[in-house]
Amino acid sequence: MTMHNQPQLDTSPKVSDEIRHTTCYMCACRCGINVHLREGKVAYIEGNKDHPVNQGVLCAKGSAGIMQHYAPSRLRAPMKRVGERGEGKFEEVSWDEAFDIATGWLKPIREKAPEKLAFFTGRDQSQSFTSWWAQAFGTPNYAAHGGFCSVNMAAGGIYTMGGAFWEFGAPDWEHTKLFMLFGVAEDHDSNPIKIGLGKLKKRGAKVIGVNPIRSGYNAIADEWVGITPGTDGLFILSMIHELLKSGNVDLDYLIRYTNMPFLVNQDQNSDEHGLFIRDSDGKEQVWDRVKNEPVAWDAKGVKPAMKGSYKVNGVSCTPSFMLLADKYLADEYTPEAVADRVGISADRIKGIAAELARVAFGEQIILDRPWTDMRGEKHEQMIGRPVSFHAMRGISAHSNGFQTARALHTLQIMLGSVEVPGGFRFKPSYPKPVSAHPKPHHKVTPGKPLDGPHLGYPRGPEDLALDSNGKAKRIDKAFTWENPLSAHGLMHMVISNAHAGDPYKIDTLFMYMANMSWNSSMNTTGVMDMLTDKDENGDYVIPHIIYSDAYSSEMVAFSDLIFPDTTYLERHDCISLLDRPICEPDAIADSIRWPVVEPDRDVRGFQTALIQLGAKLGLPGFVNDDGTDKFEDYADYIVSHERRPGVGPLAGFRGEDGKGKGRGEPNPNQIQAYIDNGGFWIDHIPEEASYFKPWNMDYQNYAVERGLYDVVQPYVFDVYQETLQKFRLAAEGKGDIQPPEHLREQVRASMDPLPIWYEPFEQTLVDNVEYPHHALTQRPMAMYHSWGTQNAWLRQIHGHNPLYVPTDIWEANGFKDGDWAKVSSIHGAITVPVALMEALNSNTVWTWNAIGKRKGAWALQDDAPETTKGFLLNHLIHELLPSKGDGQRWANSDPVTGQAAWFDLRVKIEKTATPPNLQSEPNIAPQESPVGRGPKNVEYGKVWS
Amino acid sequence: MTTLPQSTEKKLGLVIDLDTCVGCHACVISCKEWNTSNYGAPLSDMDAYGAEPVGTFLNRVHTFEVKQENKPAQVTHFPKSCLHCEDAPCVTVCPTGASYKRVEDGIVLVNESDCIGCGLCAWSCPYGAREMDAAEGVMKKCTLCVDRIYNENIPEEDRVPSCVRTCPAGARHFGDFADPESNVSILTAERGGMELMPEQGTKPVNRYLPPRPKTDIEQIDILAPLLTRQPEETGGFLGWLDRTLEKL
Repeated sequence: MTMHNQPQLDTSPKVSDEIRHTTCYMCACRCGINVHLREGKVAYIEGNKDHPVNQGVLCAKGSAGIMQHYAPSRLRAPMKRVGERGEGKFEEVSWDEAFDIATGWLKPIREKAPEKLAFFTGRDQSQSFTSWWAQAFGTPNYAAHGGFCSVNMAAGGIYTMGGAFWEFGAPDWEHTKLFMLFGVAEDHDSNPIKIGLGKLKKRGAKVIGVNPIRSGYNAIADEWVGITPGTDGLFILSMIHELLKSGNVDLDYLIRYTNMPFLVNQDQNSDEHGLFIRDSDGKEQVWDRVKNEPVAWDAKGVKPAMKGSYKVNGVSCTPSFMLLADKYLADEYTPEAVADRVGISADRIKGIAAELARVAFGEQIILDRPWTDMRGEKHEQMIGRPVSFHAMRGISAHSNGFQTARALHTLQIMLGSVEVPGGFRFKPSYPKPVSAHPKPHHKVTPGKPLDGPHLGYPRGPEDLALDSNGKAKRIDKAFTWENPLSAHGLMHMVISNAHAGDPYKIDTLFMYMANMSWNSSMNTTGVMDMLTDKDENGDYVIPHIIYSDAYSSEMVAFSDLIFPDTTYLERHDCISLLDRPICEPDAIADSIRWPVVEPDRDVRGFQTALIQLGAKLGLPGFVNDDGTDKFEDYADYIVSHERRPGVGPLAGFRGEDGKGKGRGEPNPNQIQAYIDNGGFWIDHIPEEASYFKPWNMDYQNYAVERGLYDVVQPYVFDVYQETLQKFRLAAEGKGDIQPPEHLREQVRASMDPLPIWYEPFEQTLVDNVEYPHHALTQRPMAMYHSWGTQNAWLRQIHGHNPLYVPTDIWEANGFKDGDWAKVSSIHGAITVPVALMEALNSNTVWTWNAIGKRKGAWALQDDAPETTKGFLLNHLIHELLPSKGDGQRWANSDPVTGQAAWFDLRVKIEKTATPPNLQSEPNIAPQESPVGRGPKNVEYGKVWS
Repeated sequence: MTTLPQSTEKKLGLVIDLDTCVGCHACVISCKEWNTSNYGAPLSDMDAYGAEPVGTFLNRVHTFEVKQENKPAQVTHFPKSCLHCEDAPCVTVCPTGASYKRVEDGIVLVNESDCIGCGLCAWSCPYGAREMDAAEGVMKKCTLCVDRIYNENIPEEDRVPSCVRTCPAGARHFGDFADPESNVSILTAERGGMELMPEQGTKPVNRYLPPRPKTDIEQIDILAPLLTRQPEETGGFLGWLDRTLEKL
């Protein structure tokens, strides 16, 4: 027996030489991190406890940042292509040569036809800067990746209530008693939702998960609703039916804070049918039920009617609430009528609606916080309905996603649970109604800047980006009759349209941080063909491609010129209030990244490269009057640029004394002030301004003081959406601006001013007997889609992506462990490994997104499982719908916003023999790796052991 | 063979809440990140970018599906690391005395300079909580971040294991089970904290809080009756509307 022998341990070893605070970029969540440095190397990354987003916690991706920062796939220097596109053969060049090549392409374009540059920036967190650059260049062709991500949620929210989820707002985690989560949500807002779920679990508050797949958050939901994909809108509208018929809607809230009392023109023959009745000042009218006459909606002491038919100046009209009630009280929305389609029993739909009503109205919360509303009325208390919701891509990525997002926001509003204690809360700079957003701009003048910001929110057909012949002015056909409210653009259509020369040919495709030749495109094989296709002269159909990435991605191989970006620990950035800030419901906040370690390669932060390129092109705003460069680098821009006088990219520490909040002169020491403050700036909203923000004058005045707006802008929620009705009127033949004939019916049907549900497009066009199953993807919580690299630690958690198959399909096909299947859609087929998952909608299969890689990419070895067994579902999804036989190209997108309808996919499955080499199909030919391959073994930290 | 101490002053360990764990693997990677650079040899990753990457991890999350009669299957995320057993067979089996249990806090550790990499301890652990590092040839296991929890170079509030500090959902708790008033003892008492495989007789210190019962069945809670239609005799929906407006 060896006796107990306890060695002396040093339990207080030195942890690091220095801690530097910056912002994570391992996904879109933007958590604060403490980076511990030891002998100049990154030793440990932990969450920053003071940071508003993550409050000290950090997810697996964040902790794996070390492996990202030191990844073997990092690009090392600018490169120009020397082989054919797609081969991955490059030669490293100097930055001077890279800029010479780029200006050689771009300068002539700008002088003659700026629209021949298409500049799309993917997972860009500097859109207020990149869009400003694109404006200065003068091209109308700019957007980031929202069009293939979650624009339905964003636009649906803004058009309904002036904000949506995630960056726009969040559940009141401190007070909510019932939380309902729709669809996959593990990707955006990752740590805040986990922190929030933890709070709910601690209090024993109930969580209902609505998702065909019971993984992640749904695994801990108290109640799981395994809904049929694409039917969430119908489920929600059926619950609204139940709430209405039983009188469980917050009528007082609807009268005070929404346009439900507004009178709507009911004269079928009128050119303004379905629009609001207005007085001579243009103010919307309500019917005062005491005075029995029409008055302005915001008149003092108004008592609006919520039902009845009236005549105003001879025009028949009714409150919009009546239109809503008539619509959803109809039998088509009874739980019995929808149960089969949504895959939820009528009793269960009724039960969940009853639970929402019970908690919203039976467990109301009262905070003793006086506040004053926009009508000057003082309220002694803040009364809350403690029911809250969240949704993101799950309901967005369908062709009915915009109206489904509208339906969900309408449900929240019917319950009176938006911007109240326990409900949903906006994060500044939201609430922000459509009227506070720009309209789209697209006027091109050679050699001059564009006439304004590219992206915006159309108010009617007059705001579409069409030329006098009705032709699309943008290469992605955003803001056209095909998708009028495409507020984030359509990055997923750029390559397809550019290749087709429809609406016109372009010269240079310039992209950043978007893997468009791989997992970020539908029809991946087709896109690779488009990128490599040559015309009759042997020239590429898309003549020039410039791409910026930090890593050797699949897209690098298809580009002609590479600007190598830094890692996120080597760069300056600002997470700006001008853009997509990190605010919380109780605080305004923004943050920076800064080089906590210096690059050891010849790389530059993309934004710095863009500033230098802008100066070489002589773009206005990028050069001084004497022709010298205006900004040294991106850090200089962040500090010195003013978007409006006194308002710049960073809101904190402004002015000469560094005390300005939101407003103030540029402060040359601003970045150092952020560094000293932990990498972020925060300003807490006063308590009396904390809820009811759209109508709370304390909040409105605070927002003006801090520079979020220049004037107070209280507003009411647009449950009834007049802009949609304007498009619908055009489709009915009214007005001067008319849709093309073939789109009339689509516009009429999809632009309903009240939320609707319709069947996802693909299943209306394919044989549902032949393609009986739904197919979905999810992103793993521990690994974001490929905008980084295939991380050495994270790939040990998610290096494989079988197709998960529910019991019914598994047994029907006689599958066994280790089997393979051929999975086909109307568009294509893949051969992939399958695995059984029981906790899954019985007619749905799914896999992890973007685990499959091309051989040669990301510095992986050729036999890495990501390149052998790994696969993409993208091969089965086309950017166009199956032909309707009418000669038109119909996008596989939401007809309102153009959002890519990834989750409409229908498939069939057949068992196949296991491939002897265990190789999935299609097996794309390898690309060469310009950075070699990763090392065999890694022992990180050995130098310190 | 190595002896265990008669008793320990404290019984430090973890409470892991299976009702709250979303399976995000934050704890897995934070543990890897801390421990590859701190106590003992690094946690290597063999074939890191190749066909079969195999690294050393001191904490892993396993995901199980639980099939149920007449109910949809459930999914449980189950994080697993060393449970710092009172009767730790991995200690008593050690031929060199490298494995030991600390007298002051009960943490089970490996003194790597005495470890010959024979692997007997891993064989004896019923939980599979020890991993042999393939590059260094020494046995690795959870140290409860012994180099964090007393570390005076770390702010006091952060003197907890790396996995506990990082857990986004707050599903991991660290404390002294010998103290009935500690956070972990109270949680264990309140939520019915369970030992893992008590029949193995190793007296594990860590506890798991079981998932709360789910309600996803087709029947409706009798205390929450379905919503009833506004009665026709009082005007149905429009009657409700009038009455409600009058009250406003």
